[in-house]
Amino acid sequence: MIIADKNTKAVDLVRAALAKAKEYEDYHCFISMNEARALDKAREIDEKIARGEKVGRLAGVPYALKDNYLSPEGVTTAAAKMLDNFPSPITATSVAKLEAEGAIMIGRANLDAYAHGSSTENSYFGPSHNAVNFDHVPGGSSGGSASAVALGIVQFALGSDTGGSIRQPASYNGVWGMKPTYGTVSRYGVVAMASSTDVMGCFANNAEDVDLVMSIMAGKDPKDSTTLDDFWNRELEDAKPKKKKIGVIKDFLGDGVNPEVIKTVRDYADKMKKAGFEVEDVEMPIMKYGLAIYYIVQPAEVASNLSRYDGIRYGHRSTEAKDLDSVYSMTRDEGFMPENKRRIMIGNFVLSSGFFDAYYLKAQKARTLLINAYNEAFEKYDALLCAVAPAPAFKFGEKTDDPLQMYMEDVMSVPPSMAGLPALAAPAGKSQDGLPIGIQLIGPRKSDQVLLNIAKSVEEVA
Amino acid sequence: MSKSDYKITVGVECHVQLNTKTKLFSAVDNDAVDKEPNACMSPIDYALPGMLPVLNKAAVEKCVRAGLAMNCKINLVSRFDRKHYYYPDLPKGYQISQMYQPIIGAGVIHLPDGSDVKIEHAHLEEDAGKLTHFDGYSLVDLNRAGTPLLEIVTDLPGMSSAAQVRLYCEELHRLMMYAGVTNGDLYQGNMRFDVNVSVSKTDKLGTRTETKNLNSFRSVERVVEYEAKRQIALLEKGEKVVQETRGWNDTTGKTTSQRSKEDAQDYRYMPEPDVPPIVLEQSYVDKIEASMPKMPGEYRSKFGVLNLDPSELEAILNYPILAKRLDEACDKGGIQLAPRIAHWFSGILLAEENLDKDFSLATAPELVELSGMVEKKELSSTGAKAVLMEMYDKKNTQKTPHQLAKEMNLLQENDEDALGAIIDEVLTAPECAKAAEDVRNGEMKAIGFLVGQVMKKSQGKANPATVNELIKKKLS
Repeated sequence: MIIADKNTKAVDLVRAALAKAKEYEDYHCFISMNEARALDKAREIDEKIARGEKVGRLAGVPYALKDNYLSPEGVTTAAAKMLDNFPSPITATSVAKLEAEGAIMIGRANLDAYAHGSSTENSYFGPSHNAVNFDHVPGGSSGGSASAVALGIVQFALGSDTGGSIRQPASYNGVWGMKPTYGTVSRYGVVAMASSTDVMGCFANNAEDVDLVMSIMAGKDPKDSTTLDDFWNRELEDAKPKKKKIGVIKDFLGDGVNPEVIKTVRDYADKMKKAGFEVEDVEMPIMKYGLAIYYIVQPAEVASNLSRYDGIRYGHRSTEAKDLDSVYSMTRDEGFMPENKRRIMIGNFVLSSGFFDAYYLKAQKARTLLINAYNEAFEKYDALLCAVAPAPAFKFGEKTDDPLQMYMEDVMSVPPSMAGLPALAAPAGKSQDGLPIGIQLIGPRKSDQVLLNIAKSVEEVA
Repeated sequence: MSKSDYKITVGVECHVQLNTKTKLFSAVDNDAVDKEPNACMSPIDYALPGMLPVLNKAAVEKCVRAGLAMNCKINLVSRFDRKHYYYPDLPKGYQISQMYQPIIGAGVIHLPDGSDVKIEHAHLEEDAGKLTHFDGYSLVDLNRAGTPLLEIVTDLPGMSSAAQVRLYCEELHRLMMYAGVTNGDLYQGNMRFDVNVSVSKTDKLGTRTETKNLNSFRSVERVVEYEAKRQIALLEKGEKVVQETRGWNDTTGKTTSQRSKEDAQDYRYMPEPDVPPIVLEQSYVDKIEASMPKMPGEYRSKFGVLNLDPSELEAILNYPILAKRLDEACDKGGIQLAPRIAHWFSGILLAEENLDKDFSLATAPELVELSGMVEKKELSSTGAKAVLMEMYDKKNTQKTPHQLAKEMNLLQENDEDALGAIIDEVLTAPECAKAAEDVRNGEMKAIGFLVGQVMKKSQGKANPATVNELIKKKLS
């Protein structure tokens, strides 16, 4: 991470980032830029440095903020018409922590509206592009953030991950992406998707940068009752793998998985052996139900969390509405994207009287079985290895007509989300077409740094 | 079969607004009385994106207190759920409530008439805001949105008469006041009742109706009377009772249909993922239990020996501070002095209009002293009332009742020698000669005139009963 100091001016770091953002404007990584305020902040930091005052651990480091984080700088859109022109009176806890360490937000990164999607094609403002191949999607929902890091515009970017929204775009763009243990980072001030699996994490170019950003964002927040005590800044000894044993999830190396992806995982497993790990295949048959569980629980929470967008207090409100019912129906019809509506309908269906037991309750029971399967595996292994997604980045439009195909993208990334486990996406290889392929390391709760250290040690042998 | 063969079954759901300083899930003032609309509101209350509820621990403590007051099981683990419906006074589009695992379990409330009412459970939830409708538009006030509510639900077999339902509501109000969990102002909606009524000739329950949002004991009673009568009349005509929600019109004295079961909303309950379960230690509950004050039932059995009129007793029990004072006075002054104090409470203080009923005035020792002065004839009843009011008005706890009585020149003359002198003076006065003569001849009616003269001469300080006795003795 390049941080401002006596020789490196924050203003220059910010200017360079802004220039690169301009250069790659076609990639549409950003929904809005924060140029003037970013430069003002950079000048302040430079002045502090010149006066010999203490500056933060991320002094002058430009970053991209996924546009579902609330901050008074500019407007938060969540890439939805519903929140078009929504100025926030408050700052997300994670953003406040980063800013306190001198990080400078240069722009708000594109995403699928309300983080619903795996390609950014659901953004009200149009899709972002894959940093490696312009004709391919950057993944999603944090596609703009991943692409901005991969293009070298910023050194890190914030994302949110509910079922793979950090890991999959990280994998598609060849950067590092961390989905921390549920509760590591405060959710306060981030537009909610599915509250029981939403986590705030980041993208960066290496494990050290991920570690630094996460160590700043992590920690208990009185404004978010589900946050854990800060485990990130604990004894280093706790961050080392103890068993030196890795399980490769065999269930994700078969049908429906691209051979190049399988090869990348196998190659990575070999590197792990070289790095001194004992590696073996492990069968986890429950994993194949992860997607089904996720697409019941998540839409239920989505439907619930999107109930507040009713046109009464803020955000979009239909100008055609004549009475209360039409304020609701027309505002929501106009303000939400088709994918948002699909999830609202699924969610309300599985929660409705007569179907609740058969769907939602059953899914929650299956979720417990999934968690048990992980617990069992972690008695033996430090971490589990699998791919992030079944195939490298697909082309625009390839899956937009088939929502189920699109959901299949999440098959490997949703199980750790349902269990609240940390999962790290790290670059591991490339397809013959040159598209990046990442691997995913999944560990027990609070083993986030262990995963980073495992990936680092693998990188060192390569 | 006659109409009297119908058995009435009533269940009550009561929403109690808890008097916490801040709201259930936000650190905003919970007391919106006399505040501008939307003055008590945080981004959490108006459901800004990204806002998360943070549970107010004080509300949990109030729930435990309320639960203990109702002899209920306190559930050491309870959870929140989301109840979904759209309405402009519900900013999130859902209410955070407790559908599946409420904080308070089963219990029982003993009513003054000796009957028991079973409590099924009580759950903690947030109140909604308020809509005001105008011509062509409505305004939303979210001051009340997020106020903690405890919803108390009765269990079968339910109550069987309007009078019993009223007793239950009154007793519930008392219990909540004693537990100190609500301001208890019914006019302000601090306690609101939903009443479920059904009638049947058999053991099988009839179809019920629910009349919602009643905010007075009288209207609860009237609704039960009206609904029972209406339902019996329907059944007698061979018609059916429709399961529905009804509204009460206090002016017409009638309930009207609002929403039938078919139109009932599907609330799509879901576990609340943003608020962790409430997990209580038994020691925490024990500590609260140890701090609970005496409840009305305990006072009732203790005050039995005072032989008070039941309505007088209940009137006193409506004010926890009065019950507490009377209890202390019993302990200190015993059965001789306490009933008089009870009469003062019910007959004087409670009868006084515009009286701020906090009764911080007199301590039990003061009240006992005052009662003792009347007992010893140092003070007349009227004089005692004056001293009592003086103590109340001035909130003057520095001076003893005796000092006050003296200052107010109310002490009665009981000294027979001193009184004897005055009486002799009166009896020998020419204008009294006729009356004195009459009394001597056994016409006792005339004694009143003589007593009056003595009272006048003593400037009201003489004890009339003593004077009466002394005159009789002297003229016999």
